[in-house]
Amino acid sequence: MAAFSIKVNGKSHSVDVLPDTPLLWVLRDNLQLTGTKFGCGIAQCGACTVQMDGSPLRSCSMPVSGVGDSEITTIEGMAGPETEAVQKAWVAREVPQCGYCQSGQVMSAVSLLQSVKEPTDEDIDLAMNGNICRCATYVRIRAAIHDAAKTLKG
Amino acid sequence: MRSSVMYAAALIVGGLCAAAPMLVATNAVDRAVAATAKDGLEPVESFNAIKDQRARSVALFEEAGKVIQSPRCLNCHPAGDRPTQTEAMRPHIPLVVRGPDGFGAEGGLRCGTCHHATNFDPANVPGHPEWHLAPIEMAWQGKSLGQICEQLKDPKRNGGMDMAALVHHMAEDSLVGWGWHPGGDRKPAPGTQAEFGQLFKAWVESGAVCPG
Repeated sequence: MAAFSIKVNGKSHSVDVLPDTPLLWVLRDNLQLTGTKFGCGIAQCGACTVQMDGSPLRSCSMPVSGVGDSEITTIEGMAGPETEAVQKAWVAREVPQCGYCQSGQVMSAVSLLQSVKEPTDEDIDLAMNGNICRCATYVRIRAAIHDAAKTLKG
Repeated sequence: MRSSVMYAAALIVGGLCAAAPMLVATNAVDRAVAATAKDGLEPVESFNAIKDQRARSVALFEEAGKVIQSPRCLNCHPAGDRPTQTEAMRPHIPLVVRGPDGFGAEGGLRCGTCHHATNFDPANVPGHPEWHLAPIEMAWQGKSLGQICEQLKDPKRNGGMDMAALVHHMAEDSLVGWGWHPGGDRKPAPGTQAEFGQLFKAWVESGAVCPG
């Protein structure tokens, strides 16, 4: 075991875990931030997506020892115009079905809109295809991202 | 066409839990392929008996070509925009593309979304600080070893490197070196990076003749 200091949602946390502990487990088990989900554990489904220094990151494939001084943002810490626009669009379109994958979907959608203001269908596919939804809500996800982009454009 | 990508992903993967068994099956195939492949490289000295200099040069490159044409190298030198994976060199899952800088689509799935500074075996995800795709002008997949050889000597298609820089790149670059330390159950490139570098250097010094 070793002590690691990581910054999550603007706060510093000290955790005593093995260096190769996936960030996902530190978030869920040590910090009780359970909005980030375990899906596959091999960076194939996107359920564990968080942001590291503002970019999307699969927290299951990142050892806690690799986080360093980077800032981690989980679904619990998301804020700002893109987040609000996505949240409203998600509710309006009733995007989730079972909901399990949705925190990862939202993290990727917000990350996309933070860097591409008016994403095309292709942009959305290239940003979101790594987020698997077993309820196949893909059509509503794409529509909601377009809605959020329109909201942000004003 | 593009609009079908997410549906295809859903159909292929079939949900969160179905991804892992598919990968397990692919890895079983990989292991079978790996078990039949040759692991080593012949040392430079073993080519000294070839008296014809051009023939010796070609033979040296063909030996180095065992590395160049290994999946560890070819997977990230694709002919299109999408890398491949595994010994079978199947398309990368999930769909990722080269993007404007070789590190993935802008705003999309960047290489660094999943691949981090080092290999992370608990998730079976390889890593390196500079993990990215080779530029399209350095595409190797689908080409003969002779075509790749000519490409390597062309500064317009090798990143502007002269032969000295090319030797250094092959022998010293740490992303090239990842090929011998791929982590997980991935089969390393043949031999060692040092042996590969010596072969490549000897090929350059012998006149850098390409296979016909």
